[in-house]
Amino acid sequence: MIVYADNAATTAVSKKSIEAMLPYFDKYYGNPSSVHQIGREAAKALIEARKTVAESLGAEEREIYFTSGGTEADNWAITFAANLGAKKGKKHLITTKIEHHAVLYMFEKLEKEGFEVTYLDVYKDGIVKIEDVEKAIRQDTALVSVMYANNEIGTIQPIAQIGKICREKGVLFHTDAVQAVGHLPINVKDENIDMLSLSAHKFHGPKGVGALYCKKGIKLESFLLGGGQEMGKRASTENVAGIVGMAAALKQSISEMTENEKKVTAMRDKLIEELSKIPHSILNGHRTKRLPGNVNFCFEGIEGESMLLLLDMKGICASSGSACTSGSLDPSHVLLAIGLPHAVAHGSLRLTVCEYNTGQEIEYIIEELPKIIQRLREMSPVWESIIKEEK
Amino acid sequence: MEYSQKVMDHFSNPRNVGKMENADGVGEVGNPTCGDIMKIYLKIDDGKITDAKFNTFGCGAAVATSSIATEMIKGKTIDEALKLTNKAVIEALDGLPPAKVHCSVLAEEAVKAAIADYYKKNNIPLTDELKGCKGCCGACGEKEN
Ligand SMILES: Cc1ncc(COP(=O)(O)O)c(C=O)c1O
Repeated sequence: MIVYADNAATTAVSKKSIEAMLPYFDKYYGNPSSVHQIGREAAKALIEARKTVAESLGAEEREIYFTSGGTEADNWAITFAANLGAKKGKKHLITTKIEHHAVLYMFEKLEKEGFEVTYLDVYKDGIVKIEDVEKAIRQDTALVSVMYANNEIGTIQPIAQIGKICREKGVLFHTDAVQAVGHLPINVKDENIDMLSLSAHKFHGPKGVGALYCKKGIKLESFLLGGGQEMGKRASTENVAGIVGMAAALKQSISEMTENEKKVTAMRDKLIEELSKIPHSILNGHRTKRLPGNVNFCFEGIEGESMLLLLDMKGICASSGSACTSGSLDPSHVLLAIGLPHAVAHGSLRLTVCEYNTGQEIEYIIEELPKIIQRLREMSPVWESIIKEEK
Repeated sequence: MEYSQKVMDHFSNPRNVGKMENADGVGEVGNPTCGDIMKIYLKIDDGKITDAKFNTFGCGAAVATSSIATEMIKGKTIDEALKLTNKAVIEALDGLPPAKVHCSVLAEEAVKAAIADYYKKNNIPLTDELKGCKGCCGACGEKEN
């Protein structure tokens, strides 16, 4: 049995998305900027797709800019906001300690370039405190960027409240909603969001395509220079098939959201309930304010990569925030930010399920995982000392 | 990142895994902060390693290097075991991904630390190579130099 439980990394492309894309590879393959009919068909598809994406967010079509994915949307929004602020002498930026590297590394770069960055704490439950945001905002704050939902521990941030504060104080507000779009109801107007990043492959669309929402009235600067695509802001011939596939996937995710959320949340809660029974296991992130499909545990005394390898041998695809899987010496910055000691953070496991998973698959994980943990603990000198201390 | 078949074999069927009661030498290196700890136990008889066991906390490569290291020193004399290098461990495993080379270093150090422990228990002066041990364990009582 193969159980794919790594949907936060990427998802399978839905049948509807694939079907929607196919004609744009070999039938309506024209360049949307061309005058002829093959090009016009492609241009029409772009208009439709932009409308779908805009409607999904409660935005207008002219507020949607297609990009090559979440990373580009994040990089664009942050670079732009920083440049805009600098022009007005505002060189203070606010973000959190648990952002995706597509956001975090941008801020680190800006810090080197002379900006001052406040990295908000997320405390033990992985959630930003509104008071902290309020306190951090200064006269010279150019941007607040807080992710909608975290990719590792799934925690959902109080975006509407942060949006409200930023709007009142006149500070630009960006949210990396890559993990949230298609999974949680979002309305950029109600939530006072100025800029939002999304990525198709996290909601059963294709990889390499995403979008940046930028509220009208904000003079977004161009990101790529060349042809006049994306209202002159982002040159390069559009990834028509990808954009069509993204719109189809998003439409489906939104129309099935309530039903999927119920199903996926039930699977998540079952996993959390059962895995909590394993001794010395720690659930990472808030118990309920988390993405419907996100389960993240640390199992003391063992290391994440070896857990992943043994799970993989059983056909279970998952991921971990251990150093060995991140390719650095430190475990995930998110797990450290919620206060876990290094040694514990090395033993993290992320299982992210979606509506394609079945109850039977969940049972299978619940059956196999404790055996794997047991096996690794028997081998572990760290576990030995944990047990000794207990006695 | 791809592990060789040999690494996967030693990871999924580790040899000599487990604790040893009344070991003549025990070496523990690494620390949980970095994500790897290796503990090697030796039974030594007349200058010869008659049995070796290990316990490891760490990634696939950490388990595989400890497993093969115990296999490589079993039946060897102490002098031969002291010559075990991390390179030899890597070769025996048909290679390791570059990011995992440090695991082979740990395996070499764990063997040395266990031998140092044996020397200390038996009041045998440490040889120079044991004094140079870089293990973070402190088992040999030598400071990192
Ligand atoms: C929260 C978050 N932001 C940004 C990204 C990057 O998106 P993409 O892979 O589309 O560039 C990801 C996905 O890995 C993510 O989870």
